[in-house]
Amino acid sequence: MNKGTVVRYLFGKFARLLVLIAAVATLSFVLVSYSPIDPVDAYVGAAVLKISPEQRAVIAQRWGLDRPPVERYLKWAGHLARGDFGISTIFNQPVLAVIGSRFVTSFWLMALAWSISGLLGFGLGLTAGAMEDSLVDRGIRFYAYTMASTPTFWMGMVMLMFFSIYLGWTPVGGAWPLGLSGAQATLGQRLHHLLLPAATLSLIGVAQIALHTREKTIEAVRSDYALFARAQGESTLGIVFQRAVRNVALPAVTLQFASLGELFGGAVLAEQVFAYPGLGRATVEAGIRGDVPLLLGIVLFSTFFVFTGNTLADIIYRLVDPRISGIRRAES
Amino acid sequence: MKLSITAPDRRSRTLWTIAGCLILFSAIFIGAWLYGEQALMTSLDARKLPPSWLHPFGTDWLGRDMFARTLAGIRISLGVGLSAAIFSSFIALILGLAAALLGRSVDTVVTWLVDVGMATPHLVLLILISFACGGGARGVIIAVAVSHWPSLTRVIRAEVLALLSSEYVTLSRQLGKGPYWIARRHLLPHVVPQFLVGLLLLFPHAILHSAGLTFLGFGMSPHTPAIGALLADSMRYLSMGLWWLAVAPGLVLIISVKAFDILGNNVRAIMDPKTQRE
Repeated sequence: MNKGTVVRYLFGKFARLLVLIAAVATLSFVLVSYSPIDPVDAYVGAAVLKISPEQRAVIAQRWGLDRPPVERYLKWAGHLARGDFGISTIFNQPVLAVIGSRFVTSFWLMALAWSISGLLGFGLGLTAGAMEDSLVDRGIRFYAYTMASTPTFWMGMVMLMFFSIYLGWTPVGGAWPLGLSGAQATLGQRLHHLLLPAATLSLIGVAQIALHTREKTIEAVRSDYALFARAQGESTLGIVFQRAVRNVALPAVTLQFASLGELFGGAVLAEQVFAYPGLGRATVEAGIRGDVPLLLGIVLFSTFFVFTGNTLADIIYRLVDPRISGIRRAES
Repeated sequence: MKLSITAPDRRSRTLWTIAGCLILFSAIFIGAWLYGEQALMTSLDARKLPPSWLHPFGTDWLGRDMFARTLAGIRISLGVGLSAAIFSSFIALILGLAAALLGRSVDTVVTWLVDVGMATPHLVLLILISFACGGGARGVIIAVAVSHWPSLTRVIRAEVLALLSSEYVTLSRQLGKGPYWIARRHLLPHVVPQFLVGLLLLFPHAILHSAGLTFLGFGMSPHTPAIGALLADSMRYLSMGLWWLAVAPGLVLIISVKAFDILGNNVRAIMDPKTQRE
C-alpha cells in the first residue's frame, strides 16, 4: 500500500462523511420543523401564562422563527457549513461549546465502560467458546442473553438501589460532589462517581461481544489448524488461549468499534438514571425542553461519532488482517 | 427404552416453548384486563407497603397495587412495541422488495437510505423523531417504527437477490415461466418465513426501545402508565428505600422481552428447513 492509495482512501471516507452529514442534517431539519411542540412555549415553560403575545413575537423574531422553514433551513445550513451550530436556548451558550464540555464528561464514562465491556466480554466469550456446552458455557450464554433483554435504565436503578442507597458505597448521582464544580473535584472523586454508571453500561455491554466471540472461538476450535495442534498434543484450552486468541481478537475489536452507537444510546439512559451531567442528559433535556439547535447539533455530532467508530473498525481490519491487503480494496 | 419415550425430541420441545411463550402473553393481557381497574385505585391506608401475599409487588406512595400497575403498564408497553415492530417490518418488506426487484437505481437509493438510517445512534434518532411527533404514545410508536427497519430491509433485500440469481429461478425463467409465477412459487415461500421471523425478532428491540424512550420522559402521559413511565416515577422514591417499586416491574419487563426473543428463535428453528426436523 503506497501513500496515494491511503490518501485516496481517507479522502473517500471524508467525502462519504460529508454526504452523510448533509443527508442527516436535512432529514433532521425537516423532522424538527414538523414538530407540533412550539419552541417558544417549550422555552418559557411554566411561565407561559405570564408572557404577552408581543413578548412571544420578540423571542420568535430573535430566533428567526417568523421566517418560512425553507429560508430557515438555508440559513442554518449556511451557518453549519461555516462551523456555526447556533446558540442553545436552554444553556444560552453556543451549541458546539455545550456539546464539547458535555462530551468530555461523557467521554470518561463511555471510555471506561467501553474498555471494561470489551475486555470482559472478550474473556467471557473465549472461555465459553473453549468449554462449549459445559456448565460454564451455559452460564455465560444465559447471562449474555438475559443482559440482551435487560433495559439499561433498569439495571442502573438496581445498581443505584443496592450500592448507593442500601450499602452506601457510591454516591447517588452526579459526576462530582454537590457544591463543587467539575474542575474542583479530585480525580478520586470523579472516579468514585463514575464507578456505578460505568459498571452498569459494562454489565449490559458485555452481552453482544461475548456471544460474538464465543461463536468465533467455537469456529476456531473446529478449524484445521486446531486439529493439527491437537494432533501434536495441545489441549483445547491451550489451542484457544494461545493460537485462536489472535484470530478471534480481530473481529472482536472491530465489533467493539462498530458498537459505539449502542454505547452512546446506553450512555443517554445511564446518565439519566445517575444524573450524570454528560452529553446524554443534554440530549434528553434538549428533546424535552425543545432546544432545537442543541438537539440538531447532538444528532449531527452522534452521527459523526458513530461514523468515526465504523471507520476506525474498518482501518484496523485493513491494517491487521493479512487477508485484506492494505487499504487498496477500500472502495469495494 | 423408557427414557427415549419420556424425553421429548427437540422439535416438540421447541413447540412446547412456543406454546409457553404464547400462554405467558395471553396471561399478561388477560391479567391486565381483569386487574386493570385496580391499577388506578388509590388507598391511603395501604401506602408504601412492601410485597406481601395481598400485594405481591407491594404498593406505591398512593397505595396503588404495584402488581396491577405492572400488568397494566406491561400491556401498554407490549402493545406499543408490537404495533411499532409491525409498522417497521412492513416498511422493511416494501423497501427490501423494491430494492431487489425494481432495478439498480432504486437499489442504490434504498441501500443508501439504510446506511443513513443506521448512521445515527438509535436512541438519539428515537428522541429526535419522538420530538418531531410531539411526544405521546403515537410519537413513540412512530419513532420506534421509523428507526428499526434498516436491518430487516437488508435481510430481505439480500434474500431476494440471492433467490433471483439461484439456479432454479434461472431454470424456471428459461422454461418460460413469467415473473408472476416465479414470484408466487419461488419468492413468496422463501420471503414470508424470513419476514415473519424478522418481525418476531424485532419485537424485543421495539419493546425495549419504547420502554427506554418512555423512561426518558418522551411519550406517554401519567394517565397511560407504560412500564417505562412507571419506572421513571419510581426513581423519585428509590432514595427512600422503596426498592419494590422498581425491581418487580423491571423483572416482568425483562421476562416478557426475553420470552419474545425465545419465541422468535424457536419459530425460526421450526421454519428453517435445516433445523426443522432435529
